[in-house]
Amino acid sequence: MMSLTRLMAIVRKEVLQLRRDRLTFGMIVGLPIIQVLLFGYAINTDVRNLKTAVANQANTHLSRQFVAELGQTQVVDIIATVANAAQLKDLLRAGDISIGVVIPHDFDRRVADRSRAAVHLLVDGSDPMILSVATRLRGMPIAFDVARSTTHGKMAAGASAGPIEIRPYYNPERRAPVNIVPGLMGIILTMTMTLFTAVAIVRERERGNLELLINTPVSSAELMIGKVVPYVVIGLVQLALIASVGRLLFDVPIRGSIVDLYLAATAFIAANLGLGLLISTAVKTQFQAMQVTIFYLLPSILLSGFMFPFDGMPRVAQYLGELLPNTHFIRLTRGIMLRDAALVELYPEVVFLIGFALITMTAAALRFSKRLD
Amino acid sequence: MSGEFAIEARGLSKHFGAVRAVDRLDLKVPKGQIYGFLGPNGSGKSTTIRMLCGLLLPTEGSATVLDTEIPGDSRALKPRIGYMTQKFSLFGDMTIFENLRFIAEIYSFPSPDRASRIDELLQQYNLGPQRDQLAATLSGGQKQRVALACAVLHRPELLLLDEPTSAVDPQSRRDFWAGLFELANAGTTILVSTHYMDEAERCHRLAILDHGVKVADGTPDDLQKNTGMHIVEVLADDPYRAQAALSTISRIASVTQLGIRLRVLISTTVDDPLRLVDRALRAQDMQARVQLMPATLEDVFVAVTMTPQERAA
Repeated sequence: MMSLTRLMAIVRKEVLQLRRDRLTFGMIVGLPIIQVLLFGYAINTDVRNLKTAVANQANTHLSRQFVAELGQTQVVDIIATVANAAQLKDLLRAGDISIGVVIPHDFDRRVADRSRAAVHLLVDGSDPMILSVATRLRGMPIAFDVARSTTHGKMAAGASAGPIEIRPYYNPERRAPVNIVPGLMGIILTMTMTLFTAVAIVRERERGNLELLINTPVSSAELMIGKVVPYVVIGLVQLALIASVGRLLFDVPIRGSIVDLYLAATAFIAANLGLGLLISTAVKTQFQAMQVTIFYLLPSILLSGFMFPFDGMPRVAQYLGELLPNTHFIRLTRGIMLRDAALVELYPEVVFLIGFALITMTAAALRFSKRLD
Repeated sequence: MSGEFAIEARGLSKHFGAVRAVDRLDLKVPKGQIYGFLGPNGSGKSTTIRMLCGLLLPTEGSATVLDTEIPGDSRALKPRIGYMTQKFSLFGDMTIFENLRFIAEIYSFPSPDRASRIDELLQQYNLGPQRDQLAATLSGGQKQRVALACAVLHRPELLLLDEPTSAVDPQSRRDFWAGLFELANAGTTILVSTHYMDEAERCHRLAILDHGVKVADGTPDDLQKNTGMHIVEVLADDPYRAQAALSTISRIASVTQLGIRLRVLISTTVDDPLRLVDRALRAQDMQARVQLMPATLEDVFVAVTMTPQERAA
């Protein structure tokens, strides 16, 4: 039978020990802030000012206009004009430019014709990010041009192979932090919550405290829940920190309900704490606990939709990703913070998180034996 | 179960792979006594204690501990026993008071009396001045007193102490044992393991363990009277040479040097042990005073942990 006195004794002990563990305490507060700053400033998927050179062999009114429009996108920064493609290649190889724009002699005709490419982009493919930006660039300026040409009536309306116009919702300025910060909540909570609890029981085993504890009337469930409760509070504090820093420095909005966000986070924290406890009952040393946590953290970063768009991943990776709490939490945070979605609309994600928490905690309590052998 | 014994073990065994850490141990610990487990490191003392409090599952055999069957559900047993681990197992990053408070809460000690019980223990174990000191920063003797205070806080009927004095100075050990006798007088049964002879001597009864096997048990007096060995003390000019000379005699079971004296164990099957020793030394042109002595517990220990070949010598 559960005893509130014993449960609270464990909670109080955990809080006392946590308060005296300066490093861990520092990590709780420092980690989220530093991570948001690092990710917010450094991970910049909205590439701007790529160094570019142009070889405008047509040198017509239309082509000069195209070059001007290209420069105005701010995606590229035209730093040189050269005579031909060979010189562009030299600049590319030297690393002086990332993109070379070749406008052939018959540029005007090619724009009208549309059967042949009007412009060649020579791209430094060694950086996939640049390549993907250039790929995005491909359609846009010409689309713009065609539209303008059409209104000017100079060109045939054969440009019906409608250019793809990209109009981003929810993050119109396409600022990376807006996407990163909600995802980062999941990453940071995964890291701290899982790690803290993964070492929680194995640390007591290493220090010898466990031999004392399991000889007391405390039950497995009391010990598990007592260890988890303080971290739920810590997780929610971390969430508040991340949201505040995101708001203050990167202007990341919370369009939905804060209560919804906190409810979602509570379910997610419980899921990670449960997994951490399960790890702690399975490993023999704190070092092993950390290794397992890192093993779990990597897919949580790579397969959760934080790094790469979830729908674009291979099917198998998607199946794996569906098993990770972070995948579901990122859907929740992006939904609530950016799209003003209500928690009830996103209930399947919440159901998964609660289920995950219940299963892992039960498994941990069952696995944790009050014996030494 | 009869009300006479706090612990009754029947053929208790624990195997770790091929190693028989404890091998068919029979044990009867009377209530209200201090019962000692004497044995070298690795003799199975800790393993036995851990089996008795339900921390380890016996490979074979069973035990009755305070009416609770081992192996079995030991939950009902936990509140009735106190256990002091060999290694300091309290929380080093908590103060003495916080540790005691935690133990009081975890044993659901009635809350109105909690504070007074903690004060009482702090005073009894002379820990008042260190009340708010972190446990990790205490001296060996202080740590041991805190550990004992925590083990007895809930007033257990049975106290299991696993080498409680292995890391403390002689004065602390004396104080510690004074505390144990107080508890025993108040009715607590105490099972204490040790590898100190002087501590074993203080126990009401003791069992000597060697390689997982109980090789002797009884009161210290009985054990000393029934070693099956003559104890001959040899005072020689050159004890080192004398020892070398005596060691070659096959009928001498053991020779140990203690300062300038030699302690010689000879089986009681030898009729005149003094003559045997004397002749052996004379053969090597050595003069020595030899006399028969009563057995100490150390002699008992040496005698009972001999191999059968040594003993039959």
